[in-house]
Amino acid sequence: MNRHVGSIARVLAIALLAALLLAPQAFAPVFSPFTENGAPPVYNQGSLLDLTISHLELVAIASLIGIVLALAMGIFVTRPAGQEFLPLSRSIANIGQTFPPVAVLALAVPAVGFGVTPTLIALVLYGLLPIFENTITGLNEVPAAVLDAARGMGLSPAQRLWRVELPLALPVILAGIRLSVVINLGTATIGSTVAAKGLGEVIIAGLQSSNTAFVLQGGLIVGLLAVLVYDALGAVERLAARRAGRSA
Amino acid sequence: MIEVDHISRYFGTVAAVDDVSLEVERGSITVLVGTSGSGKSTVLRMINRLIEPSSGAIRIDGRDTAGVPQEELRRGIGYAIQGHGLFPHWSVARNIATVPSLLGWEKARIARRVTELLELFELDPALYASKFPHQLSGGQQQRIGVARALAAEPAILLMDEPFGALDPIIRAKAQDDLLALQKRLGITIVLVTHDMEEALRLGDKIAVMDSGRLLQYASPQEILLRPAPGFVERLIGGPDRPLRLLSLGKVADLAEPGSAAGEPIAADASLRDALAILLWRRADSLSLAAADGQPPERVTLSAILQQAGRPA
Repeated sequence: MNRHVGSIARVLAIALLAALLLAPQAFAPVFSPFTENGAPPVYNQGSLLDLTISHLELVAIASLIGIVLALAMGIFVTRPAGQEFLPLSRSIANIGQTFPPVAVLALAVPAVGFGVTPTLIALVLYGLLPIFENTITGLNEVPAAVLDAARGMGLSPAQRLWRVELPLALPVILAGIRLSVVINLGTATIGSTVAAKGLGEVIIAGLQSSNTAFVLQGGLIVGLLAVLVYDALGAVERLAARRAGRSA
Repeated sequence: MIEVDHISRYFGTVAAVDDVSLEVERGSITVLVGTSGSGKSTVLRMINRLIEPSSGAIRIDGRDTAGVPQEELRRGIGYAIQGHGLFPHWSVARNIATVPSLLGWEKARIARRVTELLELFELDPALYASKFPHQLSGGQQQRIGVARALAAEPAILLMDEPFGALDPIIRAKAQDDLLALQKRLGITIVLVTHDMEEALRLGDKIAVMDSGRLLQYASPQEILLRPAPGFVERLIGGPDRPLRLLSLGKVADLAEPGSAAGEPIAADASLRDALAILLWRRADSLSLAAADGQPPERVTLSAILQQAGRPA
C-alpha cells in the first residue's frame, strides 16, 4: 500500500518536472495570478531545460569533488597513520559547513573571478561535512570481530579496506552523500549571483523584477529535483544495505 | 611444533604477557585457560603476529615467525574467533573461500574445497553455499567460521573463545565436533578459553595463565591430580574434582575380564558416564560392548572409585 503511494508520488513528481521544463508555457494560467502589471508569468530569458542541465552539472561536479575529498579524508583519519589528524580534519569539515556559502562566494570571487569556480568552491566546502562524518561513522561501525578475522586470515590493510571496510560502510557513506547532494542542489542557486549558470537565475530574475511567478518556478523546479534525487539515492542506499548483509 | 620461547608483551609499562614459554606438539590440542586479562589471548595472537612480542621468539617447526611476512604467516595458520567474525556482505561460500582466494587458488579447486568443507560440517552445500551469514543460526555461523579457518588446509588452527557465544547444548556438540575434526585432520590446535570445564574436555595439554604469567602447563590429569599451589588449585579445587578426573578416563582403561548383566557400555565412554550408569542401575559392574570374537570384559564400581580419589 505504502509502496504504491510512493510509486504514484514519484511518477507524478517526474511528470510535473518534465512538464515544467518541456512545456513551460502551459503553466502560464497557473502562474499569472502571481504577476503584476502585465509581467510575463513564465520565465522568458532562456530555456528552463538548459538552466536545469547546467544546474545539475554544477551540482554533480561539486558533489563528485566533495565525495572524493571527504572519502579520502575519512579513510585517512581512520587509518592508524592518520588518527592524529582526526581533530584537524573535523575542524576543517565543520568550518566548511558553518561558514555561509554566500560568504565563501564573496571571499572566493576576488581570488578566482566570477563564474563556476567560486560556486564550486562554496558547494564543495558546504557539502563535505555530511560525507566526511558518515565515512568515519561507517568505517568505525564495522564490527571489531569482522576486522579481527580479516586481519587474522591475512588480508593486507588495503584488502581489508576495499573488500571489507568500505563495502560494509557503504550504506552509511551513501546516506551522507545523499544529504550532501540535496544540500548542494538547493545551495547551487546562489551561484547565479556570481554568474554561474543555473536555476538560481530564474529566482534572481524574479526577485529583481518583483515577479513572484519566476521565483515560484525556479523554486518549484529545484524542489522537485531535490525530492527526486533524494528518492533515487535512497533506493541506491537500500540496495547497498542489502548487499552489506544488514537486512534480510 | 610451536615453540613459544620466553615471550613477553608490554602495553606501556604493564606486562600483559610475562616471560611465557611453552611447546605445543604437532597434532595436539593445547588449551590456554585463564580469567580475562590473564594474557591468554595475547599469547594466542602473538603466534600469528596479530600482536608482536616485546621480547622472546615464537618458532613454528623451527622457523622463527618474526622472519615471515605477517600476511604470509597468517594465511598459513587457521584463525577462528568468538562471534565468528564472518563477513556479513559475503555468501557462506565466499566467506569460506577467503584464504584460498588470497592464496590464488584456481576457481575450480576453491569450489571443490568449499563443498568439501560444508559437507564436513554437515551443512548441505546446495542449501547453504549461497546463504548469507545473517540467515544462519548461531551454531551454523560458528561452524562456518571454523570451516573458513580450515579452508586453506592449515597445519595449525588458532581459536579464541570459539564457542563463547553458543548456548550450552550447542556448545557441547561443537566441542565434540572439534575433537572429532582434530582426530580426523590431525591438525595442531591452540585454543583460548576462560572455561576450565572446556579446557579439561578439549585439551591434550592445558596452560593455566594468570596476570600474564604461565602458572602450570600440563596434561588435564596432571592438573587435576597435582595442581600448582595457589591460583590453579583454587581454579580446579571445587567439589566436583573427582568427577572431572573420572571424565578424563576411558572405560577401556579399567576393563577386566568377566561379564555383567544389562546394556553394555562403549569402550571409549568416559569413566564418569560409567559411574553414572552404575549408580542409576544400583549395580556394581558393567559389561563392555565387546568387539567380535573377543572375550567378554567388564568394569567394576570399585575400580572406578579407586580412580576418583586423591592419589596416595
